[in-house]
Amino acid sequence: MRRLLAILLENEAGALSRVIGLFAQRNYNIETLSVAPTEDPTLSRLTLSTEGDENRIEQITKHLNRLIEVVKVVDLTDGDHIERELMMIKVRATGEVRDEIKRASEIFRGQIIDVARDAYTIQLTGTSDKLDAFIRAMDEANILEVVRSGVSGVGRGEKILSL
Amino acid sequence: MSERLSGGEMLIRALQDEGVEHVFGYPGGAVLHIYDAIFKQQRIEHILVRHEQAATHMADGYARSTGKPGVVLVTSGPGATNAVTGIATAYMDSTPIIVISGQVPSGVIGTDAFQETDMVGVSRPVVKHSYLVRTASEIPQIVKEAFYIACSGRPGPVVIDVPKDATDPSVLFDYDHPQSVSLRSYAPATRGHRGQIKKAVDAMLGAKQPVIYAGGGVIQGDAAAPLTRLARRLGFPVTNTLMGLGGFPGDDDQFLGMLGMHGTFESNMAMHHADLIFAVGARFDDRVTNNPGKFAPEAKIVHLDIDPASISKIINADIPIVGPAAEALAEIDRVAERRLEADPDRLDRDALAAWWKRIGDWRDAHGLDHDQRHRSGLNGTLLPQQVVQAVYRATDGQAFVTSDVGQHQMFAAQYYKFAEPRRWINSGGLGTMGFGLPAAMGVQFAHPGRAVACITGEGSFMMNMQELSTCMQYALPIKIINLNNQALGMVKQWQDMQYGGRHSHSTYRDALPDFKALTESFGHVAYRIDALAELDDVMADVFGPKHKDDLVFVDAHIDPEEHVYPMAVKGGAMDDMVLERIDGRDDIREDV
Ligand SMILES: Cc1ncc(C[n+]2csc(CCOP(=O)(O)OP(=O)(O)O)c2C)c(N)n1
Ligand SMILES: [Mg+2]
Repeated sequence: MRRLLAILLENEAGALSRVIGLFAQRNYNIETLSVAPTEDPTLSRLTLSTEGDENRIEQITKHLNRLIEVVKVVDLTDGDHIERELMMIKVRATGEVRDEIKRASEIFRGQIIDVARDAYTIQLTGTSDKLDAFIRAMDEANILEVVRSGVSGVGRGEKILSL
Repeated sequence: MSERLSGGEMLIRALQDEGVEHVFGYPGGAVLHIYDAIFKQQRIEHILVRHEQAATHMADGYARSTGKPGVVLVTSGPGATNAVTGIATAYMDSTPIIVISGQVPSGVIGTDAFQETDMVGVSRPVVKHSYLVRTASEIPQIVKEAFYIACSGRPGPVVIDVPKDATDPSVLFDYDHPQSVSLRSYAPATRGHRGQIKKAVDAMLGAKQPVIYAGGGVIQGDAAAPLTRLARRLGFPVTNTLMGLGGFPGDDDQFLGMLGMHGTFESNMAMHHADLIFAVGARFDDRVTNNPGKFAPEAKIVHLDIDPASISKIINADIPIVGPAAEALAEIDRVAERRLEADPDRLDRDALAAWWKRIGDWRDAHGLDHDQRHRSGLNGTLLPQQVVQAVYRATDGQAFVTSDVGQHQMFAAQYYKFAEPRRWINSGGLGTMGFGLPAAMGVQFAHPGRAVACITGEGSFMMNMQELSTCMQYALPIKIINLNNQALGMVKQWQDMQYGGRHSHSTYRDALPDFKALTESFGHVAYRIDALAELDDVMADVFGPKHKDDLVFVDAHIDPEEHVYPMAVKGGAMDDMVLERIDGRDDIREDV
């Protein structure tokens, strides 16, 4: 099962490499990862998506908690949550395809953020599924480049992840 | 008032302030400023080793035998990488050591400078935590944190990588010993959950076929006394892991011996047939459980450990308790005491008596004292088990015993009955050959005047024998018992049992040195024995007043054909054991 972990981490040199190293070392898989400092510059927030059954996720969480620089770990998929991913996709856009792409982009509520003679770059935000769907909607032959941020997530309601 | 000290001096002063008395190390370019700071002080004794790996094992032996952290100092590059095996050894067995490694000056980090390695990177998977010093002013705080982290919770090794410029003698700082550490992201459990403890006690009191399975956490957590009290109160059988020996008195009637791959018949049978297993400070290692899918099918599992990540990792715990072993065991004992006072019949004493009867039958049939146990010494040669028993007699069971890895290690674990914790010191998790001698040295530094024996094999001994020179320099009266079977015996045993006796690269008979002459050349005393008749006399001399101040090496030529039994059948349950050598029939190869 796909799981989304939110991790608060000391914003220190080497801390991120311990998290990544742990996944490699214990043979856990990282599907996506996004990380940036929070409003408190001494903390980084990581969102990490991975695959695993309950036991595996429990082990991952415990091992993450063992890292000295990990402050908190929450499995967002345990409760109601919101997740978003950003994608910038560059597609070949010539002739009549140009309009088609534009329409598709509107349907998916994307924005064309760069226009060249033969190409559009479209920015799209949403769940990973939505981004996947958009990619499927494009003719594979027209896709030039796909850049995805990895998923970020936050719990719904008043629940927060903080110190 | 604070003093003005250089980075190198602050480092040494911070170690002094942590109460460090010994540092095991080896110098080199990146740590010369630190060595100069050592030269200018008296409070810490630096021990010059002959190989950095040995320094880490010495610190480890020091830590295991005292509970206090061991400290290592090595230079950058090869000095640091040589230390990695010892760090991994300490990590796997959760022992607190601090490894200070020199690093190239911060300005050239990342340029492949001479003797540069990314030590923080290289050691990352095998440390509890590590630091790269960025500025000298951080040193006092880092040292304080490093000691706290290494020793608290589930202990483990901590690396401090120190760039040379941070120890520059010409740059001075105000030194203050930090009084406390606060780490918002690190808070090891300080007590076991009371509700879980009550549940655990209820489960235990209702058990008809219980086993207490106690591991290294009992030793590390200084919990032998409350464990023993609880076990006596309940009358439950106790088994120890390889790491846990000494956590319960080895000569006690309630002790079943070691369990696992080479554990006693009765302990493995009891585990398999138990209706309740109380695991304390143990981690259900694969060398214990054999096939986890077939593990103790009827047992309810109560698991107490300081490390939540150890619980339900291999075997699901029905009643998990996270907490320090000593505190939680004392509380479990208190609760049990109250319940039994209120109602002495809470324990099913008839069921327990029947359970003990079964255990007694197992013990009589196939226990270690059984006559048929070692039958391959028919050709009159010395048996390794006999040598270990002679060491036990000659030391009144009171020695510190270190070991290496192989058959000799298992014989030592099976036949030396450890009366107290921190007496048995071996590399259980990583299984590091070469651990025994340097570990014994660390123990001897910590316990001058005490008997320290290293029961080793000739293969393992040769992995760190250069330390005989260090032993001469520091006059360490260690007794080395070399169970010499002229082979990588454990490898050979597996080849006998699983590879049709094809001894691929496990023997070197004609290439071995004369160990007696070799040790003597380092200035030590040595004996060679190969007959049972001389065994007790030699051991009496070795451990007697005659050699009180000598390092003595006993080259015991033992029957090279002897195997360690019992041995777990690969892929089986805990009650699947090969018990003795029956030629041709112990080929238990399991094809996958
Ligand atoms: C550093 C290291 N290399 C290899 C091994 C694998 N190994 C385990 S036991 C063993 C043989 C040990 O031989 P010896 O020290 O003579 O002990 P014996 O089994 O003969 O008693 C080997 C090679 C190991 N444990 N450690
Ligand atoms: Mg050998």
